[in-house]
Amino acid sequence: MTQIIKNRQAVADNYTLVTLAEGEAPASTALPTGAIIVPLAVWQAQKSELTTRGTPVGVWLDVTEGAEDVADDLASLPVIAVNFPKFTDGRGYSTARLLRERYGYTGEIRAIGDVLHDQLFLMARCGFDAFALREGKDIAKALNAFATFKTPYQAAADESRPLFRRRTA
Amino acid sequence: MYRYDNYDQALVDERVTQFRDQVARWKAGELSDEEFRPLRLQNGLYVQRHAPMFRVAVPYGMLSSIQMRCLATLGRKYDRGYGHFTTRHNMQFNWPAIEDVPDMLAALAKVEMHAIQTSGNCIRNVTTDQFAGVAADEILDPRPLCEILRQWSTFHPEFAFLPRKFKIAVNGAKEDRALTWFHDIGLHILKTDDGMVGFRVIVGGGLGRTPIRGEVVREFLPWQDILTYCEAILRVYNRYGRRDNSYKARIKILVQALGVKEFARQVDAEWEHLKGGPATITQAEYDRVTSFFGAPAYAILPAIDESFIAHQAESLPFARWAERNVRPHRIPGYASVTLSLKKPGTAPGDVTSEQMEAAADLADRYSFGELRVTHEQNLVLADVEQRQLFALWQEAKAANFATPNIGLLTDMIVCPGGDFCDLANAKSIPVANAVQDRFDDLDYLWDIGDIEINFSGCMNSCGHHHVGNIGILGVDKGNEEWYQITVGGEQGNNAQLGKVIGRSFPAGEVPDVIEKLVRFYIAERQEGEHFIDTFHRIGLDPFKVAVYGDKARLKAA
Ligand code: HEM
Ligand code: SF4
Repeated sequence: MTQIIKNRQAVADNYTLVTLAEGEAPASTALPTGAIIVPLAVWQAQKSELTTRGTPVGVWLDVTEGAEDVADDLASLPVIAVNFPKFTDGRGYSTARLLRERYGYTGEIRAIGDVLHDQLFLMARCGFDAFALREGKDIAKALNAFATFKTPYQAAADESRPLFRRRTA
Repeated sequence: MYRYDNYDQALVDERVTQFRDQVARWKAGELSDEEFRPLRLQNGLYVQRHAPMFRVAVPYGMLSSIQMRCLATLGRKYDRGYGHFTTRHNMQFNWPAIEDVPDMLAALAKVEMHAIQTSGNCIRNVTTDQFAGVAADEILDPRPLCEILRQWSTFHPEFAFLPRKFKIAVNGAKEDRALTWFHDIGLHILKTDDGMVGFRVIVGGGLGRTPIRGEVVREFLPWQDILTYCEAILRVYNRYGRRDNSYKARIKILVQALGVKEFARQVDAEWEHLKGGPATITQAEYDRVTSFFGAPAYAILPAIDESFIAHQAESLPFARWAERNVRPHRIPGYASVTLSLKKPGTAPGDVTSEQMEAAADLADRYSFGELRVTHEQNLVLADVEQRQLFALWQEAKAANFATPNIGLLTDMIVCPGGDFCDLANAKSIPVANAVQDRFDDLDYLWDIGDIEINFSGCMNSCGHHHVGNIGILGVDKGNEEWYQITVGGEQGNNAQLGKVIGRSFPAGEVPDVIEKLVRFYIAERQEGEHFIDTFHRIGLDPFKVAVYGDKARLKAA
């Protein structure tokens, strides 16, 4: 079983990530057994089956999809994954902040795709608490990234007050 | 100026540790070149023609003498004894080794400096008016709000991987000296009749390949709301800005595509959620930061110093320098002095380490130990006593800082161009020097009067050619270096883009073309007109004819 980072520890991952093949219909795609994370389109097409299948089901959002698209379903989603097709595409940072800060989502927000050591600190600040590092990357070493900066300036998902409201001389 | 407390210091120190680790992992092959690239860029490290190029931030242009000495040392130790001031309050070194950059960052951190976000697709160094705090036409000193913006943008977790770079400029005076109409966000500080302070918010300006003047998205935003409002702008941009084509990825393209009304509506919809939230600036924070920018211990002096007047009467060279390089100050008996980095024959904006040290000494002796960097690539001593100007001038001359050309033709803005930059179509420095050489007669230069010539080596427009009264742009014509000329650009409150006069020229002809344009202006000008005024009165076509002769007239007809 592959490992992910969850709550700043390396843990075994129980979920299977489902992707759609080119041209595959979201309504009829076959789903594996066990815990799964499905594309938004599959979730939308098969919501009633998915919510009654008895195993955990999460959704993953691609870069053109946003927090708004799952806002009404948050209570039934134990995990929302946010895809980074390239680590230089920063749209997912906004998605995570909106999920946490605007929609009050408290489940797992997992970064998937091109997820690398040097972005973990920023992602964590935006509300990600799980990270499926890109294959071949050193998870143990990456755990150091969370301690990069002790007291950053801004308010974000991890700290509701900017430093200037907490600053003591 | 602003001084770091433990929090600020810890962040730049941690940044050094982080980058040292990144360089080590890159060297060990754990980070690919592609993965390392944005990380080094966000520490100001480009890889250029000869070697890496390293860009240090001078936030909103303020430098202490101690910081300047640190830059001098870095130039000597890691570069070839000089540095280059850019148009965006940065200093660039051209020859450091990547392996040395962590040590350079550590040296900078010791003097409260850094290279954070001086490059890359993130929020860049905030820029402002070089006369902030001393300008007679100032509405409010913009520097405290610049510092608050600096802190907010530093390692902003959501906006480190934007579609493209993002530049913010703030102006706090009546006259715009920060090119606010041509930034991703331009802010004008305003004061209402009943004393409320806020910003006019301009979004979507920029130069580059598609030069666009920004549009006003909000006429008046209370100052307390600037962080939440910027956050809303950036979020809309981060989510919806184009990422498929880097030439179309700046926010200006999004604003144009949506139309400014729809863009403003989306920003407002986002801002509804953020407005009044914890990122709203508190009076206490504003006061804390403002306390660092209080007036220095000015002496009580007569408004006009007699010896200053007398020295001007006795020495023509001093009088000329005083006229061009000295500006009035809001405090009686004081003046602001511009140290010219445009001595003809040198690369505009370059300073040697010896000069940096000399400038630091001058700052210590004459201007409370502080300097500013201008976007025209000069240095400013903001607070000099008039009675010291003559002595200062003599020392500035010895350090090659006293060329009396501020605002004159030879005070050109010039990017490094083909001598240093990989992206260049053409060289800029030697051609700029050839133009300066053509106009080496001081009386003539004086007679021409105020004129801005801006020069970029390619469409990226680092040399602001679009807003030069005369703009020179390097273009590639069948693998040869050619130059396209524009006329009529300007910065300031009426900032405008110049217009192309016609087909481009080989390097050798550029001085002739500039001379034709200038001679034509002199022949046509009316009493009191600067070059740009004559242009406004008579338009582009006569200038074309002046350069291309009747062919241009036939074409125009
Ligand atoms: C030598 C290394 C440099 C490289 C590789 C470089 C690259 C670029 C690029 C690619 C752009 C266009 C960005 C866009 O349109 O999205 C740009 C813009 C700009 N650069 Fe540079 N640059 C360099 C040096 C400089 C220097 C030395 C200056 C100042 C003298 C400077 C000032 C600027 C400014 C003000 C812009 C903004 C133009 C705009 O609004 O789009 N750069 N640079
Ligand atoms: S304008 Fe072009 S040539 Fe000049 S520094 Fe910028 S990218 Fe290089």
